[in-house]
Amino acid sequence: MLNMVWLVPILPLIGAFLNGGYSFSGKKLVRPLVHTIACGAILGSFLVTLLTFIHFLGLPSEERSVTVTLFSWLNLTNVKADVAFLIDPLSLVMMMIITGVGSVIHIYSIGYMSHEKSYARYFAYLNLFCFAMLCLVMGSNLLILFVGWEGVGLCSYLLIGFWFHEKKNAVAGMKAFLVNRVGDFAFICGTMLLLWSLVSVGQGTVTYTELKGAVHLLTNQTVMGFPVLTVVTLLFFIGATGKSAQIPLYVWLPDAMAGPTPVSALIHAATMVTAGVYMIARLNFMYSLAPDTMNVVATVGYATAIFAASIGFTQNDIKKVLAYSTVSQLGFMFGAVGVGAYTAGVFHLMTHAFFKACLFLGSGSVIHAMSGEQDMRKMGGLKDHLPITYKTFLLATVAIAGIFPFAGFFSKDEILWHTFNKEPVLWCVGVLAALGTAIYMLRLVAMTFFGACRADEKTKHHIHESPATMTIPLIILAFLSVCGGLLGIPEALGHLVGWEHSNLLESWLEPVFAGPHHEVEAGHTMEYLLMIFSLGVALGGCYLGYTLYTRRQDIPERFVRRFPRLHRLVENKYYVDEIYQKFIVDNLLRLNQWLALFDQKVIDGIVNLTGSITKVGAFISGWFDRVFVDGLVNLSANLTLQGGRGLRLAQTGRIQDYLYVVVAISLLILFWRFS
Amino acid sequence: MHFPYLSFMTFFPLVGMLIIGLMPSHRADCIKKVALFTTLPPLVAAIGLLMHFDKANAGLQLFEGPYAWIPAFHIQYYMGVDGLSLVMLLLTALVCPICILASWGIEKSPKGYFALFLLLDSAMMGVFSSLDFFLFYVFWEVMLLPMYFLIGIWGGPRREYAAVKFFLYTLLGSVLMLLVMLAFYFYSDGNTFNLVTLANQQTHLGPLKGEHFRHLCWLGLFIGFAIKIPAFPFHTWLPDAHVEAPTAISVILAAVLLKMGIYGILRICYPILPDATVHFGTLMAVIGVINIVYGALCAMAQKDFKKLIAYSSISHMGFCLLGMSSFTPEGLNGTVLQMFNHGTITAQLFLLVGVIYDRAHHRDLEGFGGMAQIMPRYSAMTAFAFFAALGLPGLSGFVSEVLCFLGGFRSFPIITVISVSGVVLTAAYMLWTYQRVFLGQVNEKYKAFSDITARELTTLIPLVIIVVVLGVYPSYILDLMNPTLVALGKTLTDLKIAGL
Repeated sequence: MLNMVWLVPILPLIGAFLNGGYSFSGKKLVRPLVHTIACGAILGSFLVTLLTFIHFLGLPSEERSVTVTLFSWLNLTNVKADVAFLIDPLSLVMMMIITGVGSVIHIYSIGYMSHEKSYARYFAYLNLFCFAMLCLVMGSNLLILFVGWEGVGLCSYLLIGFWFHEKKNAVAGMKAFLVNRVGDFAFICGTMLLLWSLVSVGQGTVTYTELKGAVHLLTNQTVMGFPVLTVVTLLFFIGATGKSAQIPLYVWLPDAMAGPTPVSALIHAATMVTAGVYMIARLNFMYSLAPDTMNVVATVGYATAIFAASIGFTQNDIKKVLAYSTVSQLGFMFGAVGVGAYTAGVFHLMTHAFFKACLFLGSGSVIHAMSGEQDMRKMGGLKDHLPITYKTFLLATVAIAGIFPFAGFFSKDEILWHTFNKEPVLWCVGVLAALGTAIYMLRLVAMTFFGACRADEKTKHHIHESPATMTIPLIILAFLSVCGGLLGIPEALGHLVGWEHSNLLESWLEPVFAGPHHEVEAGHTMEYLLMIFSLGVALGGCYLGYTLYTRRQDIPERFVRRFPRLHRLVENKYYVDEIYQKFIVDNLLRLNQWLALFDQKVIDGIVNLTGSITKVGAFISGWFDRVFVDGLVNLSANLTLQGGRGLRLAQTGRIQDYLYVVVAISLLILFWRFS
Repeated sequence: MHFPYLSFMTFFPLVGMLIIGLMPSHRADCIKKVALFTTLPPLVAAIGLLMHFDKANAGLQLFEGPYAWIPAFHIQYYMGVDGLSLVMLLLTALVCPICILASWGIEKSPKGYFALFLLLDSAMMGVFSSLDFFLFYVFWEVMLLPMYFLIGIWGGPRREYAAVKFFLYTLLGSVLMLLVMLAFYFYSDGNTFNLVTLANQQTHLGPLKGEHFRHLCWLGLFIGFAIKIPAFPFHTWLPDAHVEAPTAISVILAAVLLKMGIYGILRICYPILPDATVHFGTLMAVIGVINIVYGALCAMAQKDFKKLIAYSSISHMGFCLLGMSSFTPEGLNGTVLQMFNHGTITAQLFLLVGVIYDRAHHRDLEGFGGMAQIMPRYSAMTAFAFFAALGLPGLSGFVSEVLCFLGGFRSFPIITVISVSGVVLTAAYMLWTYQRVFLGQVNEKYKAFSDITARELTTLIPLVIIVVVLGVYPSYILDLMNPTLVALGKTLTDLKIAGL
């Protein structure tokens, strides 16, 4: 099975190539052909992944790590990197999510994009994205990871700006790419530092399997007084804050909602934005050796979780709420990996992929029904019109809120449990963020599906449930949101029913994360207590959210009137975009103008000045040459000429004149001689 | 005895030039065809050269000569290739036919244009194959003449200013080079211009005594070559020359001529004056980072499409300087690969600007908008070239940039970290340009524009293929040059370590 695994990324690439060429050729659009190619490619990938997964299940856990090398990419003295895939439990989980959720979203897109002119271009981008994302998670070394890392950034740029005839969308795409490049800057620096530090201890490599055995050699190395590993891991983490939308580089993600909704579901919720979490999980052996970085990761993660959740309360665009919710949930994942609970982080990554994709696709279904309207203030009462969308959306909401036994409960609870053991303060932040999540999600549901419909008559008239290509994906994802959590039932619960290794995901990922993070944990009693507590919080949040935005809408309104400043601050997303614009972008643009002027006036000015000075010098020397040097020559010529002219007067040709002269001269001589 | 590939590649274009010279000037179509078919045999020869070339051999090979040329002064006709020059010859042989195709629309006295172009082609090949400094110098100077006329006659409104500026600036560099060349000649054992002999003399131990004198020689050569790169602060001729030059001449200028600066340093300064090279390593790195960051920032402020790309060239050539200043195998490989990649990528950029200029007759970045809806295929090609230029992984530019950074980081970590900010800035000006020209609202004025033509596509497709192939499998080029560059880097690294 493993010699086929290269097909997993290649199939979507071929699909992208075919549809891209089709779009480029400008031939008449045949929609079934386009989506058969695109969906066929990704379903093929899913199938191969599934077969590989089944093959792996049959292997003993220590053999579940295989490197499939295609060819050597760079083979220089110190830098060696192959185009190779590392297939292990972690990459398989990611591959399953990408190809599985990817397939579902491809199918959904058939319905959602059915009126789109650039149908082939859309599917080409979507397939290309899957290729890049699969490279990212399958690559066996940091360079291939980076290829995928930038590749998904490209596709994200292309898809956010898919409807590029509106400047707003084009700018959002550009913003996403550039903010990510800032993160990439750190990532490149981190890679360089890591590589050369390893070269200096004689172990230069960027391949994970070799890194795992080599990084401990760096524990005592420092760079500018800081431990190398701390610096490297921090730089990588900065890269992750770009891709995974964490403070301070999260600003691109809410704007990225300008793209088509299935794209938001696939790229900006389920897969691409989790790349940072994957990267840290992949490099867990390095992060575990850098405790300071781990603290930073956990802190930034939880700070982002609560920060984004607070913004989620005030947004009225249905997709924007989900975007901030994604930022917040990604914060939870970073919180998890930051406290060393890598499995929990990956678990939440997976469940989040299910329920957030379901929520986004559900919102897409709503937007589709509302003729493109995204403002929740103009929705309401949709639950009767869109029964399937409503039910699936509600299930996913319950899952994200963390109600037992839906998927989000298990993953979030596992994270909070590990955080409690490590850092109780962060646990408090996490619980607050979880409470917030439950409230704003119920607010979303209430505003969209409950109450009276606030849409205008024309829109109201058009409201209809989406076609089967869209509702079936919703049902699949809702099912996964409900049951996905069963893959990671905590041992404490499994214990109750006499199931020893109930956390299937943990035992599956154990070979990857086996390491020095086995701290002594509090007993099961504490775990039960916390579990009940967080369930209570989730239920309370849901009740609060439901009540505040259906029956007691006066309470939030009064709150807004009471604290208008605070509300405005949060509603405007704490003015972070404005601050970046004012302090970074504007100054950069000013600097450009100034430098261009400097280049033109000073540097080129010197060149032109040199030219002018030479010209002046040439003019002076020309003048000198003309007046003096040539003057002298002309003077001598003139003298001769004038002399000749004078003397010519004597040449009269008359003999008498000559005789006069002879006589006169003779007389003069005589006179002189005898006087 | 092997086929004299190098002499053939160098002098075959002259045959075409003679034929064109004998043709009646009104037969423009025939002239173009002759020009095109004259540039193809050297391309075939270049492939032959590639087949013949022994990759495992780090040194020079496939020699032609040395034959005595002017025996009284020990001037020889001496040619040969190593990994470094082979890559440059391949690039030149590839770009020339593309430029001829891109010049198909030339209407003003095509006879003169194509004759001069072939002369330029010949001189460029000569520069990259010469192993005798005098011969090198002759080709170097011969290159100036056709370039001067090609810009000065077929250029834009300020063509005369640009042509004179280009000519004088380069000539200034040549004079410095001439002085150093004579110094080499008079101070070498047995008075020679032979670059191989000069390199083997180990000048730092033997003839060119006096450290200061060697440093002076190095600086003279460096300034001469830096003007060509162009390195800060000698770069201001480039935007003017690019803006005024016709499309194909911009392509050849960016793709091949700029490479001669770096090539000259690697071919002459590095082997002949190794200790001075080590001494000035930091200087090169500093100029490199200035080129990268300053060039990118200036590019961002430009309003003229061609000027923007000219500044991006300055920025991209900075990567070469940074990579080569590190003396590491990674850095040197990155430098030469970056030279090749910049050749293929920037050629595309200039060709693409030419496409829109031919239709709109202006290049004002603010004057377009929404072109992606009017010319979708053209926009797709431009997007590809832009992403290649901003170093998207999977395309060739990424590999060379990363190698330059990796190499540079070993020797100059801080400078390199500053340089890496170039990846953010490059993305910023490229995407901003793309957004202004291609995205957003359609500009009604240009609604009737036709999309890219088959001929225009033909000039781009080979370059696109190369950019993709080298991005996925850079070893095609790296394997050719790695042994040569590893050997070159080792000499310098050893010296550097010995000096410390």
